[in-house]
Amino acid sequence: MEMISPFLLGLTVFVLAVFVGYYVVWKVTPALHSPLMSVTNAISSVIIVGAVLAAGSAQDTLTQVFAFGAVVMASINIFGGFVVTRRMLEMFNKKK
Amino acid sequence: MSANLSALSYLISSVCFILALQGLSSAKTSQRGLTFGIVGMLLAVGTTLASPIVSSYGWILSGLIVGGVIGTVIAKKIQMTALPQLVAAFHSLVGLAAVCVAAAALLEPYAFNIGNIGSIAVGSLVEMGLGVSIGAITFTGSVVAFAKLQGLVSGNPLTFTGQHPLNALLGIALVVLIGLFAASESHTLFWAVTFVSLLLGFLLILPIGGADMPVVISMLNSYSGWAAAGIGFTLGNSLLIITGALVGASGAILSYIMCKGMNRSIFNIILGGFGGDQVAASAGGGKEQRPYKAGSSEDAGFIMKNAKSVIIVPGYGMAVAQAQHALREMGDILKSEGVQVRYAIHPVAGRMPGHMNVLLAEANVPYDDVVELEDINRDFAQTDVAFVIGANDVTNPSAKTDPKSPIYGMPILDVDKAKTVLFVKRSMAPGYAGVDNDLFYQDHTLMLFGDAKKMCEEIIKTLEE
Repeated sequence: MEMISPFLLGLTVFVLAVFVGYYVVWKVTPALHSPLMSVTNAISSVIIVGAVLAAGSAQDTLTQVFAFGAVVMASINIFGGFVVTRRMLEMFNKKK
Repeated sequence: MSANLSALSYLISSVCFILALQGLSSAKTSQRGLTFGIVGMLLAVGTTLASPIVSSYGWILSGLIVGGVIGTVIAKKIQMTALPQLVAAFHSLVGLAAVCVAAAALLEPYAFNIGNIGSIAVGSLVEMGLGVSIGAITFTGSVVAFAKLQGLVSGNPLTFTGQHPLNALLGIALVVLIGLFAASESHTLFWAVTFVSLLLGFLLILPIGGADMPVVISMLNSYSGWAAAGIGFTLGNSLLIITGALVGASGAILSYIMCKGMNRSIFNIILGGFGGDQVAASAGGGKEQRPYKAGSSEDAGFIMKNAKSVIIVPGYGMAVAQAQHALREMGDILKSEGVQVRYAIHPVAGRMPGHMNVLLAEANVPYDDVVELEDINRDFAQTDVAFVIGANDVTNPSAKTDPKSPIYGMPILDVDKAKTVLFVKRSMAPGYAGVDNDLFYQDHTLMLFGDAKKMCEEIIKTLEE
């Protein structure tokens, strides 16, 4: 049997995920749109996965520099994004 | 860790991210949602660290620590009024990180199982080109947005002749370069793609004015997601594809909501040049002065104390004046006098989606007292006092009545239907859109001139007497 190209498999996953995102995000209450933005910002830094793979296996100095830079930037975002989201959500959940 | 096991654990991590977004459907479940997000991220990073290709940990761990400390410190210190700048800065980092990952993948493709130097599959190269270009556009676009929000450059739209043809030319050049790069795997062409994209991101955001920033931030949020998805395609990693798609969709929906809140199309905003800081001054000049009524803090205090219900309409001006705490205190006193007090939020109040809600929450305004436009608009007719503070265009009735008005069609808060309108403002100058507000000259409107914070404090004094 002919192999399906990895691109098409990726595209399948991508299109389905866009639909999931569409329905989930419309349900988010407008009051929490700022936390939504900061939390999506944190999770989009999951590209740290690529940075870690590169940093952990790099042979060349230049690759190492790029990979290290990407790890630092992605972790600023991950920690920063989650911490600022937590701060906001705590404000919304303060007892009256 | 075997490839199958890590794929499984990436799947769990994707599900965690979906649950994180779902948690935000209400304030009660939001903190649980955040925990899911953190668990998903830990799982993703842990799984990657355990993969056999990762052989040295020194650089990774020091990168995590350096980034973690910087991110945590900034996020703890940032003022909530500066939240939009922070988010713009964070978006720029996602973009730049995407560029770096793509570059690393080009230099050492075997680490990602996409071939060897000189023999990367054409498909992977196309994906790499797209990933790096979206990443680079996100980076410079966010840097410009940050500079505008932080006030480092003027919020005015910067336009010059030939702008649109130039951008179109750069866009075409970009597509051609990506094609050539995919056909040749030339490193020079990769950097050419990066350079043109950086330039394009810069030029795309530069002409957009300060008032449109909520749309710009949402758009860049979306781009940062697509950049992550692009890298996911390059590396053949479904976790990155799923997460990128979620974030991309989220940003796109927020952009749509913001555009609708201003009754403008996304093309209009991108091609625009509307919404500067200074448009107002030029528009206000030649008109004759119409009569209006001005009042004092004593008048305002007296009117509100004797009202049954008050709706407060806060805008970004309130946040600039740091008046939210004084405003909440004023609301609390009124409540203790038996007045019903609620806060009405327009979708584009503030500088990013949901910004006003955060600022009010920070000032301890109860979550249930804050109501969105579509839920409160009908109530204005039965309300004794509308207290407008730091908002302007979102209350302008000409958005409904005057087809010639630049803001015609924009959804507004029906403040003019309230029995009395109290309008806190520094002067009679028009708002961002440069349009005069008919509300100022109506019989039931009382203008309260002064700084928003001082005015609230003075009203509190009157109420306490």
